[in-house]
Amino acid sequence: MHFARALRVAGIPVGPAKVLDALGALQVAGVECREDWHAVLASVFLTRREQREVFDQAFHVFWRDPALLQRMLHLLLPKVHGRATRNVTPMLSPRAAAGLVSRVAEHTAVNEPAQEVEVESTLTFSAAERLQRLDFAAMTPAELAEAKAAIAHIAWPVAEVKTRRYRPDARGTQIDPRRSLAAMRRAGGDLLPLLRRSRARRPPPLVVLCDISGSMHRYTRMFLHFLHAVANTYGRTQVLLFGTRLTHITPVLRDRDVDAAIARATRLVPDWSGGTRIGACLHEFSLRWSRRLLAQNAVVLLLSDGLDLDAGAGLCEEMARLQRSCHSLIWLNPLLGYRDFEAKPAGIRAMRPHVDLFLPAHNLASLTELARVLTAQARLPHGELPWRCPAPAA
Amino acid sequence: MSEHVLPGSIDETIALLARAAYVAERPLATAVFLALRMRRPLFLEGEAGVGKTEVAKVLAAGLDCELVRLQCYEGLDTAAAVYDWNYPRQMVEIRLAEAAGEHNRAAIARDIYDERFLIERPLLRALRTSKLDAPSVLLIDELDRADEPFEAYLLEVLSDFQISIPELGTLRAEVPPVVVITSNRTREIHDAVKRRCLYHWVDYPSAATELAILARKAPEASVQLSQQVVAFVQRLRQAELFKVPGIAETLDWTRALVTLDALVLNPDTVNDTLGALLKYQDDIAKIRGSEAAAILEEVNTRIGILRDG
Repeated sequence: MHFARALRVAGIPVGPAKVLDALGALQVAGVECREDWHAVLASVFLTRREQREVFDQAFHVFWRDPALLQRMLHLLLPKVHGRATRNVTPMLSPRAAAGLVSRVAEHTAVNEPAQEVEVESTLTFSAAERLQRLDFAAMTPAELAEAKAAIAHIAWPVAEVKTRRYRPDARGTQIDPRRSLAAMRRAGGDLLPLLRRSRARRPPPLVVLCDISGSMHRYTRMFLHFLHAVANTYGRTQVLLFGTRLTHITPVLRDRDVDAAIARATRLVPDWSGGTRIGACLHEFSLRWSRRLLAQNAVVLLLSDGLDLDAGAGLCEEMARLQRSCHSLIWLNPLLGYRDFEAKPAGIRAMRPHVDLFLPAHNLASLTELARVLTAQARLPHGELPWRCPAPAA
Repeated sequence: MSEHVLPGSIDETIALLARAAYVAERPLATAVFLALRMRRPLFLEGEAGVGKTEVAKVLAAGLDCELVRLQCYEGLDTAAAVYDWNYPRQMVEIRLAEAAGEHNRAAIARDIYDERFLIERPLLRALRTSKLDAPSVLLIDELDRADEPFEAYLLEVLSDFQISIPELGTLRAEVPPVVVITSNRTREIHDAVKRRCLYHWVDYPSAATELAILARKAPEASVQLSQQVVAFVQRLRQAELFKVPGIAETLDWTRALVTLDALVLNPDTVNDTLGALLKYQDDIAKIRGSEAAAILEEVNTRIGILRDG
């Protein structure tokens, strides 16, 4: 039971029903050795592969040496700085450590002051991987209203896909036998009305890869706002941020409150406004994420200016592979809308041929602009209609 | 007449699986044992080719029960997964009743919704064939390919093992079947489904386990070949490949080598048969040639050391 509580603080959701299950399971299994105990608790408490490492560490510390737990508590109580936890237990992950020490340590940990990032030159990129935290100003109500309006009016340049399910449709081409017979039964058995159905359509899943390096610094806040709105309205969306590393932030964006969601995202991502390594990040995406996220005909939206530290090395193959793995690849470039701009940087030239829909924009000052760019260029094959978000209930 | 006795301990579970030529590591056997005794579904997640589907087949063989398999795909609905009405027969029944002079239309309309017009699909079949002395094994394969509405429907089946048919009523299983759900993690399954199950992540086997599996499943390979194959694949799993080979690929490769009458591995054989092990052109291009030769040399050195020392 104490172990369950520790797991809960460490972030693994363990409800009271699971605790009861665990007790029942331990009785049934009749465990004698540690490994069996570990396996039994793991099969009851875990629901995801990612929880396993934290669970393992918590298990080994909890069940091996209760005195260690006491010592950690004793060390932390009089301290003010949170750094002590890192010195005492260098081997534990921060989450497992947080689960095993009292919450006092969490509240008294002093964060480094948020750093203001001042990058004046927006058309350059830097080799240094500057790990920084960013502080975003809270959204004003005017901005929130503008965001809602803008998102509601986007006509996404993605066509709806037919699914295998059917919907009642008076003008459908297929006859629906079940509903027809049910209608006959209701009508008393004299008439058999022929009711029809047709295939349901729905928008494909959307995967957004957003560049948050120094060169995109001006747009980061706006893009985060946009991504939060999209993640909450579009439906099946996955969002990943990249700069020098790739981070998956979809779970934190599910928070309804924009500011809370963005605050959690800032804590999760270490490489704000650093360098850009598009090739390396796309490679990691292909290796670790593409088979998980691009499974059902997903559409990939790339938000990047294409300025790459590695000068396009390896970028061609990665973009080609990305284009092959997804249904269509849309690239929105906020820096290429100038009329006389020629694509000189090697990164942009490497990426351009492998993109299905290229949306250059310039001076994206607001979300409305962004929405307009996405809408205006919705060219779909065979006269398909672009998909719009359903109007929210008033 | 064999007994449908559930295993009484984790060791007995390992023995039960081993009798059907499935070498299971202890954590997996623990999860299987708990699922059998606590009557909870077993949720197996893992990469492709690690033996998740095989567990269900082996359980059915070991317990001497029927295996009912439901292969999930996007858009799977109740008509294909649970039950369907036999509409043509119902129409014929109406015409027959009219021809026989039955005039009460309302009665006809009620009679056509009878059990004899119900077509059983896998889920209903699993619930119906699950008897006290012979629970059936229901394998729901690749649940991540199905969509959220189907998962929501599955919640009722998994928690109470009953199916509600609007026209007939609720059909309950006499005894809950053994349910095994597999997923390749191309989509996150909703927590409500996972909550009702016992979860286990099936990982790639260790070298010792893989050697034991090869000994059981591909006994015609020589000992030295098996050792080389296992060491090679274990080393390959640490390389940065797009798709790391699983145990199914190891078995395929061993059988391919045996078919080519290879007694030991040499670089030429490896290059020729790499297609049985790696399925992506980028991976093959990366490993073929010098990289394969280097790995093979490392493997031979390590095996040589083990044999000598």
